Amino acid sequence: MEGSAMRKRFISVEEVEHVAWLARIELSEREKSVFTRQLNEILAYFEKIDEAKTEDVPPTYHILDLENVYRGDEVQPSLPPEEALRNAPRSERRFFRAPRIV
Amino acid sequence: MPRPWELTARETAERVKSGKATAEECVLSVLERMREVEDRVHAFVTPLEEEALETARNIDRRASRGESLGRLAGVAVAVKDNICTRGVRTTCSSRMLEDFIPPYDATVVERLRAEDAVVVGKTNMDEFAMGSSTETSHFGPTRNPWDSSAVPGGSSGGSGAAVAAGEAVLALGSDTGGSVRCPASYCSAVGLKPTYGVVSRYGLIAYANSLEQISPLARDVYDCALLLGVIAAHDPRDTTSLKAPSKDYTGSLSEGVEGLRVGVPREFFGEGTDEEVGKCVWEAVHRLEGLGASHGEVSLPSLEYALPAYYLIAMSEASSNLARYDGLRYGCRVGRDGGDWSAVYSRDRRVGFGDEVRRRIILGTYALSAGYYNRYYLKALRVRTLIRRDFERAFKDFDVLVGPTMPTPPFKTGEKIQDPLALYMCDVLTVPANLTGGPAISVPGGFTEGGLPIGVQIMAPPLREDLTLRVGHFLELNAPCRDRRPPLR
Repeated sequence: MEGSAMRKRFISVEEVEHVAWLARIELSEREKSVFTRQLNEILAYFEKIDEAKTEDVPPTYHILDLENVYRGDEVQPSLPPEEALRNAPRSERRFFRAPRIV
Repeated sequence: MPRPWELTARETAERVKSGKATAEECVLSVLERMREVEDRVHAFVTPLEEEALETARNIDRRASRGESLGRLAGVAVAVKDNICTRGVRTTCSSRMLEDFIPPYDATVVERLRAEDAVVVGKTNMDEFAMGSSTETSHFGPTRNPWDSSAVPGGSSGGSGAAVAAGEAVLALGSDTGGSVRCPASYCSAVGLKPTYGVVSRYGLIAYANSLEQISPLARDVYDCALLLGVIAAHDPRDTTSLKAPSKDYTGSLSEGVEGLRVGVPREFFGEGTDEEVGKCVWEAVHRLEGLGASHGEVSLPSLEYALPAYYLIAMSEASSNLARYDGLRYGCRVGRDGGDWSAVYSRDRRVGFGDEVRRRIILGTYALSAGYYNRYYLKALRVRTLIRRDFERAFKDFDVLVGPTMPTPPFKTGEKIQDPLALYMCDVLTVPANLTGGPAISVPGGFTEGGLPIGVQIMAPPLREDLTLRVGHFLELNAPCRDRRPPLR
């Protein structure tokens, strides 16, 4: 335990809870503590990139020199409603059924 | 006389097209092999026996009418279960998509069908392609055909194992950080990650868009080149698809390696690289030298940052991509809809996603969140530029770079699954090619004393797949124990 107490903490249980909520992922109490330990180990390793000298280095978002692609605004065939609804866990008439929001 | 399942794709298609064999007997032989060994391998999430036989019979009917057949006539192909197949469930080995039946085929699947290939099943994988061992599958792990106590690699472990065990002649996988090269290395098969943009990603269920490519797996380099030629084409439905024309990748295989300059990156033989693996790869380099290539050592100093940069980018993209799983249009919806809707989604996403997927979504969300974006995500993208520059520099002096695919031989099932970071470390030599976008192949290099496969990785500049295939082909022709077959025990 002494070793782990000395180790730098990057993320607290509360932060893990908060980020998991932002990502809409429920965690059990046990998972919160296991994930917090694991995420701290992983973030400690990720700290390595701080050493890289990146002043004046532009980010690579994409390896291709892409240009935006436009296509004509033409009607294309689309899925019939029954096909589109086929994978929906809950549907009603021709609609996806969502949980109540307001 | 080899049984049909033992034939290469090239041999199978030649026989079927010339009328020496029927597609049905070729496919049936593979299906019988599958029946014989699948319980020891578990390569498939969804085998497709009946559909495959039906397709094969249709091909034979067309042949009997005198129609000409495609380049993969009667060839049994296994397709990773993150590639959409019309009317056949496509699960990503996740509970979230356990019942998902795509209403369309991925472009690569359309292209396979157009060449008269026969899809024999959907293969097991790490859930949402997040892993290097095929242990995180909701449907249980795949076994290595060379040693059933070892992992087959991942995330395309089912595809690698299926090809190695003879349960398919060819397979499609996807490679985001080594997910095709790793199982190729661990199962003694050939796997090539093409240059980003060469193969359409339309119908590939997204994990990390800027890194991943659908990639071919085969038992030899010729077949790998043949399959690449079938799937590589511009696709207007994928806006990152290159406008380069399709080409045949098999033509230049026999051009040899004379005069080729082979670079050996020092960083690929660091302290994490197993001694037997390092020795085997150096032997491969010397074999190339014996065939007329020259070699020199090279340094890629930014490589030590590749793994954290890769994981930060992949996790960030994953957190955004996997936000779509809300259990409305498809996916997993458990329990009643009452109460707060965010709580409903959170619960469904907890049930639908396994531990590793949730870990990566949470870390990715963290890396993209206010206050951490610059420190993690943007920093990783800048490091990506440094790594690209290192490779560009190396490719000024060398035609190809050769090193191990994996730093160690296949490890035991269960050995690393409790330690996420230890599993990430396995990808240290494969992620650079995803960050730079260039092609990289893994070909069999030999075996450890204990009989486990070792893969040799060959990397080339963007769009030089031909070089990786040529070098791979010559290594294969001159490899020790090239007729060794997996014991399946």
